[in-house]
Amino acid sequence: MKKEKPKLIREDGLRHDGRRPDELRPIRMEVGVLSNANGSALVEYGKTKVIAAVYGPRELHPRHISLPDRAVIRCRYHMAPFSTEERKNPAPSRREIELSKVIREALEAAVFTELYPRATIDVFIEVLQADGGTRTTGITAAALALADAGIPLRDLVAGVAVGKVDGVLVLDIDQLEDEYGEADMPVAMMPSLGKITLLQLNGVLTPEEFREALKLAEKGIKEIYRMQREALKKKYVEIKPEET
Amino acid sequence: MSNEKEYKVYVENRQLVIPGEVLAEGDIEVTSPFIYRLGNRWYSSIIGLVDVQDNKLNIIPLEGYYFPKVGDLVIGLVIDIGITNWIVDIRAPYKALMNASDVLNRQFNPIQDDLRRYFDVGDYVLAKIALFDRVHNPVLTLKDKGLGKIVSGKIVEIAPSRVPRVIGKRRSMLNMLIEETGCDIVVAQNGRIWINCKDEQLEDILILALKKIELEAHTTGLTDRVRNFIREEKSRRGIE
Repeated sequence: MKKEKPKLIREDGLRHDGRRPDELRPIRMEVGVLSNANGSALVEYGKTKVIAAVYGPRELHPRHISLPDRAVIRCRYHMAPFSTEERKNPAPSRREIELSKVIREALEAAVFTELYPRATIDVFIEVLQADGGTRTTGITAAALALADAGIPLRDLVAGVAVGKVDGVLVLDIDQLEDEYGEADMPVAMMPSLGKITLLQLNGVLTPEEFREALKLAEKGIKEIYRMQREALKKKYVEIKPEET
Repeated sequence: MSNEKEYKVYVENRQLVIPGEVLAEGDIEVTSPFIYRLGNRWYSSIIGLVDVQDNKLNIIPLEGYYFPKVGDLVIGLVIDIGITNWIVDIRAPYKALMNASDVLNRQFNPIQDDLRRYFDVGDYVLAKIALFDRVHNPVLTLKDKGLGKIVSGKIVEIAPSRVPRVIGKRRSMLNMLIEETGCDIVVAQNGRIWINCKDEQLEDILILALKKIELEAHTTGLTDRVRNFIREEKSRRGIE
């Protein structure tokens, strides 16, 4: 039995959780949360919670998959069994394998892989709690983890999803809006270079709506990018010299 | 014709920068591989502190692996033995090779000579990088003064990006550490530090001091704070 579609845009024009259509969920970021990884970050978009760990550049085994002129990036997007309402089988699903590839390509555009020929950079993205927008949260976290690992990047990558619910374009959609909305468009960008590294669209948008949605995503990404920069710098500002 | 160079620098000296940050515009001299150019603008590609001198820019990275460079002094850990060479871990993305012919300095017959007699798995070695490029793994050499197997003292590991701070400007930090503790200290570029102390207490203090430098590397006035730290620890433990 499918549940009845809830009202996604309330009478007063706000969304089901009280946000304005162009408002992000509360975002929290922390860099350097794991000590065993070379770089790591934890990012939360509302109830969505994702941790990313980066290892490398390091030697690649098996050798034959290495490239002579640049580093290989390997990316694993994975949802923890406890991340969803019903237990998720921990084996990588078709969806997770595809998302791993899409995220890898979104990050690859930013990394100077040519500096590390024959090596590998491993990115692990673990979804701890899923409430919509996990792939974009994952990209935001992975970019922070890459920077934290000291891997040269053209720019940080930040992502956010735009959706259409009850005929209204909304920023940073959550699980409910994704399930019952008409469209879902995840976007990732390198904001200071103005380059898009991921663009997917699930559902239907008119050309005008698409342009509008992309603008909305850019606005959200700029905001997230500002927070990413703050989070990275915070790691160093916090370590104050001890008073002696 | 004017010799005036047109440039604008947007960052201050010793400012913390992150990937994608615009550093400058125009005619800039760059000495770091971590600054890249797009059009007329110069961007940082890494977390680090910028060094600004007029139109010369450099970035001191705060994170990252050790990346080998020919001529670097490194401390390696022997992890495997081949037929004519040893495989050495130098904390880089690539494993290093140390050839038996280089170590023994003579013609070498793999049937007669057992490489294990010279270096075994788990041995530390102080060496220099002789060869390295994009196609080949680094090759180590022992042909220089003071290089060879490490048989005494201790090895302390710190992040390779903190090595310049442990040495300091014109070796100021390193000289201070040697002066205050009286230990022999060899700092290798790959973040391994070989220390040789007369006293176990002093050794402990030195290790704590090195870890303090690693943690507070991006702060200013560190040399004086570390000196005070060592003196305090010495008086607390009652040693002179």
